[in-house]
Amino acid sequence: MQLDHLPLNRMAVIRTIHWDDLPDQEGHRLRSLGFEPGVAIEALHKGILMWRDPLAVRVGRMTVALRTNVAAAIDCELSA
Amino acid sequence: MTEMPPLVALVGNPNAGKSALFNALTGARQKIANYPGVTVERKSGRAPFADGRPVEMIDLPGAYSLSPDSLDEAVTRDVVLGNLQGHRRPDALVIVLDAGNLDNHLRFALELIAQGLPTVVALNMIDLAERDGLQLDSQKLARALGVPVIETVAVRRRGLEPLMMQLEEALHNPRPVIEPVAASIGAQNQRARDIARAVIISETAGRQWTRRLDAVLLHPVGGVVILLALLFLMFQAVYGWSEAPIGWIESAFALLSDGIKNAMPDGLMRSFLTDGVIAGVGSVIVFLPQILILFLFILLLEASGYMTRAAFVMDRLMAAVGLSGHSFIPLLSSFACAIPGIMATRTIMDQKERLATILIAPLMTCSARLPVYTVIIGAFIPATNIGPGIGLQGLVLFGLYIAGILGAMLAASVIQRFVTQSRTSSFLIEMPRYQWPRVSDIALNLWQRAWVFLRRAGTIIFAATIILWALLSFPKAPQGSNVSQVEYSVAGRIADGLEPIVRPIGFNHDIALALIPAMAAREVAVSALATVYAIDAADDDAAATSLGPKLAADWSLATALAFLAWFVFAPQCISTIAVTRRETNGWKWPIFMVTYLFALAYAAAGITYWTARSFGL
Repeated sequence: MQLDHLPLNRMAVIRTIHWDDLPDQEGHRLRSLGFEPGVAIEALHKGILMWRDPLAVRVGRMTVALRTNVAAAIDCELSA
Repeated sequence: MTEMPPLVALVGNPNAGKSALFNALTGARQKIANYPGVTVERKSGRAPFADGRPVEMIDLPGAYSLSPDSLDEAVTRDVVLGNLQGHRRPDALVIVLDAGNLDNHLRFALELIAQGLPTVVALNMIDLAERDGLQLDSQKLARALGVPVIETVAVRRRGLEPLMMQLEEALHNPRPVIEPVAASIGAQNQRARDIARAVIISETAGRQWTRRLDAVLLHPVGGVVILLALLFLMFQAVYGWSEAPIGWIESAFALLSDGIKNAMPDGLMRSFLTDGVIAGVGSVIVFLPQILILFLFILLLEASGYMTRAAFVMDRLMAAVGLSGHSFIPLLSSFACAIPGIMATRTIMDQKERLATILIAPLMTCSARLPVYTVIIGAFIPATNIGPGIGLQGLVLFGLYIAGILGAMLAASVIQRFVTQSRTSSFLIEMPRYQWPRVSDIALNLWQRAWVFLRRAGTIIFAATIILWALLSFPKAPQGSNVSQVEYSVAGRIADGLEPIVRPIGFNHDIALALIPAMAAREVAVSALATVYAIDAADDDAAATSLGPKLAADWSLATALAFLAWFVFAPQCISTIAVTRRETNGWKWPIFMVTYLFALAYAAAGITYWTARSFGL
């Protein structure tokens, strides 16, 4: 399931990140923020009004805001 | 001759509490300058070892890695690697880690430790981590990293002494070389998480304040309402709270000016001091209260962790014009003054977005436009109410703010599309935990802002003022001539040349003359007009009260409205142009900025004038 479709407040794990779909700089920043396959992730909040973009997610112990177009490159799997 | 004290750099992720630790270690005696060749701010200060010998400390910009994504990060890398021309390489590093965020922060720490410099790790904000239910084994962390680890709580001064002791030890006994860092960033992340998992003794559900607050502050509707309310409060405060202190500053300058007038005979020197130095520098220093109040809000929003939430809320709206939430913070600062706003763009990752933000920052209605707006609105717009509690004058002022914002949005979309040709903007940012801002950190920061501003007023603005005074004072009009001094001066002659150009947009000779000194700073237009109308005004506000009726008698309403429209867009501030040159490393972009803003100003004033004329105003 893509990160931008992940239901809020459910624990999940990053399966794969499609680095090739991301601009270099964004991929690099994602990596430095600790986005890697196998890391625990949770969608927390969606953006304002009708847009519901960007997203706030919890990755590891950090809260990160990112846009849905970047989130779409991150495949997650809900934890049981 | 004593040897140079060792140089120690504090380095770590943004939001790790690095600056708080730096303040706690060095106290209030800090030096602010720029790194050589770049405009990134360099904060340095001294901290003593136990025996009193000093250490020179620098607070490096927060970074996520040694392969930089922003200008700030590039400076951090260059200093750590010793690649920054004209800056010595640090003798040791203090790596500041957020104890509550080890999983994500350890990777950068591993990268830094691998540089081989003597290193001590400050496991900072350990109290917050404990509050959130985390128990850590710092000794285990020290063994895993191969460098000493000290638990610190910068804001409570906890762990500072052991930190300095370990630092001294590390400087004298170089540590053995440890295993090199893994080459791939993925492997580094893996190793970081393994270490984090190993050193966490226990983890219970904490109180999760941040999450609960975010549920309110990032609410799809409530979050927007709260942000707007905060911005409203901020602008109210900037204009409401500053009235009294501005009055004091004006009185002080008036007293000083009167004192000089009484003590000195009339002459060139007296005119230079009162009309040049005091009037010029004074007219800029009166904005100090407004700028400080605005900075107080911005610092509080930043220190509490709210600023990134505001960026989150605004991101979608900014995206509509090709920018992102990253641009929101610099643009907000620009309402006080475009200069700190432009400097705050350094944290923007995307260089095209950074450039676009710099180019539109002068369109935010800065506090220097207020005196101009106040005079014209007071003279031409009737003080009637058009609804309960809604005055026409206030509405016009609000309209001028909105005109600036709309102009900026229009300019941003055109610039991003045709000039920088940026296809997409991006928004990717860590949102730190909420914290209570610490009074002493805020106070220190505010003092540093005030000092930087006053230093600027004392140098650049001082110099510009002298030049303008000279342009207005020379050559001397012959005795008994019926031509006024201002008309006879160099500035007056330039105005003669300027007048045909601005005549089509409804400006008269007096306005043409006022526009010249207003290049230094917009608010000077008021005192320049006052001088032109031969009113002896000690300061802008006194001029404003008596200037109004004169203008109302002399100008048509169409001219007044055109004059207001001009100032919404005109880039009349030499300091802004100078800082744009510095931040963009050349004359290309400031020239572009000045050209497009003057073109907009000319068009806006012309359209306003002719529209008003067609309505018979």
